[in-house]
Amino acid sequence: MFNKTVKELSIGLSQGEFSSVELTQHYLDRIKAKDGEINSFITVTDELALEEAKAADQIRAEGKATDWTGIPFAHKDIFCTKGVLTTCGSKMLENFISPYDATVVSNMKTSGAVCLGKTNMDEFAMGSSNETSYFGKVINPWSDKEQLVPGGSSGGSAAAVAARLTPIATATDTGGSIRQPASLCGLTGLKPTYGRVSRYGMIAFASSLDQAGPMARTAEDAAMMLNVMAGHDAKDSTSIVKDVPDYTASLNNSIDGLRIGLPKEFFNEHLSPELQNILQDSIKQLESQGATFKEISLPHSHLSVPAYYVIAPAECSANLSRFDGVRYGHRCEDPKDLMDMYQRSRTEGFGDEVKRRILIGAYALSAGYYDAYYNKAQQVRRLIKNDFVSAFEDIDVILSPTSPSPAFGFDSKGDDPVQMYLEDIFTISTNLAGLPGMSLPAGLINGLPIGMQLIGNYFEESKLLNVAHRFQTATDWHTLAPKNI
Amino acid sequence: MSIGPDDINQIAHLARLKIDEKDVPKLSGDLDNILSLVDQLQAVNTDNIVPMAHPMDAVQILRKDVVTETNQREKYQAVAPAVEDGLYLVPKVIE
Repeated sequence: MFNKTVKELSIGLSQGEFSSVELTQHYLDRIKAKDGEINSFITVTDELALEEAKAADQIRAEGKATDWTGIPFAHKDIFCTKGVLTTCGSKMLENFISPYDATVVSNMKTSGAVCLGKTNMDEFAMGSSNETSYFGKVINPWSDKEQLVPGGSSGGSAAAVAARLTPIATATDTGGSIRQPASLCGLTGLKPTYGRVSRYGMIAFASSLDQAGPMARTAEDAAMMLNVMAGHDAKDSTSIVKDVPDYTASLNNSIDGLRIGLPKEFFNEHLSPELQNILQDSIKQLESQGATFKEISLPHSHLSVPAYYVIAPAECSANLSRFDGVRYGHRCEDPKDLMDMYQRSRTEGFGDEVKRRILIGAYALSAGYYDAYYNKAQQVRRLIKNDFVSAFEDIDVILSPTSPSPAFGFDSKGDDPVQMYLEDIFTISTNLAGLPGMSLPAGLINGLPIGMQLIGNYFEESKLLNVAHRFQTATDWHTLAPKNI
Repeated sequence: MSIGPDDINQIAHLARLKIDEKDVPKLSGDLDNILSLVDQLQAVNTDNIVPMAHPMDAVQILRKDVVTETNQREKYQAVAPAVEDGLYLVPKVIE
């Protein structure tokens, strides 16, 4: 049962092969048996899940079921979930029971899906390896002899889906946090256009970059989940008023004549020969279905990582100023005055990476430096966006690597934080431009999965999912599972 | 540009964080590395380029000025570290 996709489970439920209670119990049992090793969940909401499953079976009995009624899934622990622990991977929120639901959470509830629990993540979504979580590192289920990272920051969601502890999960992406773990865990992950999915109740890291999306096994499942997640929300002033298409409707469209661009800056001499070959094979596969390829240029893309490491820390330092030990979150013992309370609560509550980014952001925004850093980065950001806008005049989709390498070992990036930041070198420009991007499994390197990235024009999620689905109907990389599940 | 120990203490103060004396050298090295990554931006000509605040240059949507939220003080205060009589408690600020 655990090898079925959401689509297959949905059919199974509608044909009465199993009930939602049976299905939910099956996944809860798997989590209990297997998650000790991989640590992909921070909280398992077993009682709530079984209640929701029972209610879903009741709805089905009344003939009111939809595609999602009774389908188990998990939320990244960045989404505020009413009455449930919501930690964002931080000691700061170790005891935070959210008093309200994020819009993504209420959308999933309305769909009738059953939430199994909350998945582990890098603290406040800052990291590319899941090593910064206060609740312990997540182990990539593809690990063999050596323990490997699942990627980050949505590493818990990715590991849980890869280990078949949940059929699908929600995730978020600020600089690659859906796509890079999807690549490292052999999954299909989609970061929608900025403004497509509401950020209300999604604990903020960098508000102009953050976007939620599905972490799935197949493009079809991702399309099904995006149908539920997407849409305008009056509670998020940056969400866009635009109709949501049925993302499953165009999955099977022909890609004959589709124009795909290959950014020459991403296909450079630093790319490993193994990854080059995998991408070439993927290109050939899509060519055989009628897609045409041409080289394009994104001349400012080398500035994405530098611009990101001004903008994201600046926004993070502003967003995380709300953790003051007064209204929620960690408060230090016996503060002697207000300043002491702020300083010690924050110093005790935040981990090292979060502090580094707050400090960089505070520096970039401080008097005398604002123009040199933040303003400059926002100008460069427009140049990066303009590159994409020109490129999309002649092409429909961009194809590139997602991550430079497959899963790596813990602590393998050394002591310099910049080495870890380069993990997102292919994904960050998409966030800066606000474009949709996805990663899907494209091959194996030394027995480990690696993804390719597809980037689309604004609100062209349907096209990305269409290309991905066509690729997945002709290949089986997305069906591969880790050995020991 | 480089960040020295004095800068670290100053920005830590702005960010309301305490940095242990012994961690200052490592941290200042880390931040320097990040800043030298970021300094690549300085070489780019950005004359007349408008800073980008929103990918679609969207503007704030205004709604009608009506009450949409109900008072949920008890619910929100239930997660606060210290409250009394509906008020948030903090260390004494006025002598």
